[in-house]
Amino acid sequence: MNSIKLKKTDVIFDPCTEDVFLPLLKKIFSKEKTEIIDEIIESGLKGRGGAGFPTGLKWKFAAAQSEQEKFVVCNADEGEPGTFKDREILLKVPEKVLAGMAICGYCIGAKKGYIYLRGEYAFMLPQLYKTIDAFKNHLKNLNVDFDIEIRNGSGAYVCGEETSLIESLEGKRGEPRNKPPFPVVEGFSNKPTVVNNVETFVNVVVIQKLGVSEFNKIGTQDSRGSKVFSVSGDTPKPGVFEIELGMKLSDFVEEFGDGDTKAVQVGGASGFCVPRKKFDDTIIGFEGIPTGGSMMLFNSSRSMYNVLHNYLDFFREESCGQCTPCRVGCQQLIEGIKAIKRGDKEESYLDTLKGLAESMKITAKCGLGQSVANSFITITSNFREEMIY
Amino acid sequence: MYHHKLKKMTTVKEFIGDLTAKTGTDRSALMPILQAVKENYNYLPEEAMIEIARKLDLSPAQVFGTASFYSFLDTSKRGKYVIRVCKSIIAEMKGKKEIVKALEKHLKIKMGETTTDNMFTLLETNDLGWSDQEPSMLINDTPFTNLTAEKVIEIINNYKTK
Repeated sequence: MNSIKLKKTDVIFDPCTEDVFLPLLKKIFSKEKTEIIDEIIESGLKGRGGAGFPTGLKWKFAAAQSEQEKFVVCNADEGEPGTFKDREILLKVPEKVLAGMAICGYCIGAKKGYIYLRGEYAFMLPQLYKTIDAFKNHLKNLNVDFDIEIRNGSGAYVCGEETSLIESLEGKRGEPRNKPPFPVVEGFSNKPTVVNNVETFVNVVVIQKLGVSEFNKIGTQDSRGSKVFSVSGDTPKPGVFEIELGMKLSDFVEEFGDGDTKAVQVGGASGFCVPRKKFDDTIIGFEGIPTGGSMMLFNSSRSMYNVLHNYLDFFREESCGQCTPCRVGCQQLIEGIKAIKRGDKEESYLDTLKGLAESMKITAKCGLGQSVANSFITITSNFREEMIY
Repeated sequence: MYHHKLKKMTTVKEFIGDLTAKTGTDRSALMPILQAVKENYNYLPEEAMIEIARKLDLSPAQVFGTASFYSFLDTSKRGKYVIRVCKSIIAEMKGKKEIVKALEKHLKIKMGETTTDNMFTLLETNDLGWSDQEPSMLINDTPFTNLTAEKVIEIINNYKTK
């Protein structure tokens, strides 16, 4: 019964056998570039890393650039706490990721693609190299000129931010750039660059395989397609699950909760904490809470103060230090909640801290500092008493 | 002493010479170069960073500035095997504390320290990407998941006899 409510799908992980895959590639690369881009736009696909920018439009912008040299980058720097779905995609269906990158290269006119793989996933390298070699052979047979290289990260969360990732690819500190210019105009080596998440590239292949109209039947009006969720915490079945977008959080908890779920952190430490009383009104998707797929469940034995403390400690450590709101803000937020807990500060100081978090949202340079407020505000508002006593 | 240092420098020089022959000397090769040096020496020796700077026509400060940004590019001496225990909220909930305790007791060091025989360094790190199988840790590039206190001792003993 639950599965009817949740609408599980299997389009991302369905095995990629050569008898299906090779003819599909042949069909795709015989299409006009503009036709593919139009199909991606029509499909309504939005980026799966969390920010949700329309993928087709991103490609269209990059394709319109007159520069000769362009790049495709696959963001495999999956560092959001509670996220591990890209790990599973890269282990199970890496061919689809490579194919998505090559299709992108074909559409925008790029001959080189980089996979920026987080250092924590370096154990995958031997297998990935093999897959890339085999895939390059397929491309050669199809007369597609596209090279793919893997670059490793080295343990910096902020490099998941696309401009910071590009800085790292260029051999620099992973400090985010000012936007605009956006990477589609000036990215790697200041050339037009499309940066997409691992899962986004797979979805491009899914759209090509199913066709736009079939793809559009999955998910909801605002959130087309399925999403790969990373489920962890107080759940009897942690793991990776592919579910249609637009589900109600209460249905999710019914399926994955342990019967005592107090809160669900949607979207990792940079996402939103939803308390039990709001499960029914919360939609997971672009019409509600969009997410990169991290779903962490907490039951009533957990202290939400400890949860917030852990997140803030994480942000304080991973803040690149470039802009003041984030560098100083993260420190002040964690010191602040500690002071309230110790009784050194009044309860009302929590509201001052909320104000600080809100100002970080509008003044921090990149998504890291801007999103600290998401968990800070939702946890301190919904579990205020736990912060104080 | 001086002689020893000079000899060592030649080796680092040679290593980086061979490496940059493969990677090229464009700045975009800096991360792969630093990663390869770290893999070889377990950390980034100062003389290596100076030599990389010379090869890539950068200032040593630019090389050090880049290296010090990344938590996996250790700029201080490390053991042969670097253990990084995941400290995410999920790891905490699933018993990370017990794992650290077991490691500290078995290795006879505290968090952040290196064993006297330079075999193991014990560190904490942010989310390793195994929240479905916590507690977890990395030893160099290899992940170990669903850890228990007994299991980590067995793993460490295996590394000791490697």
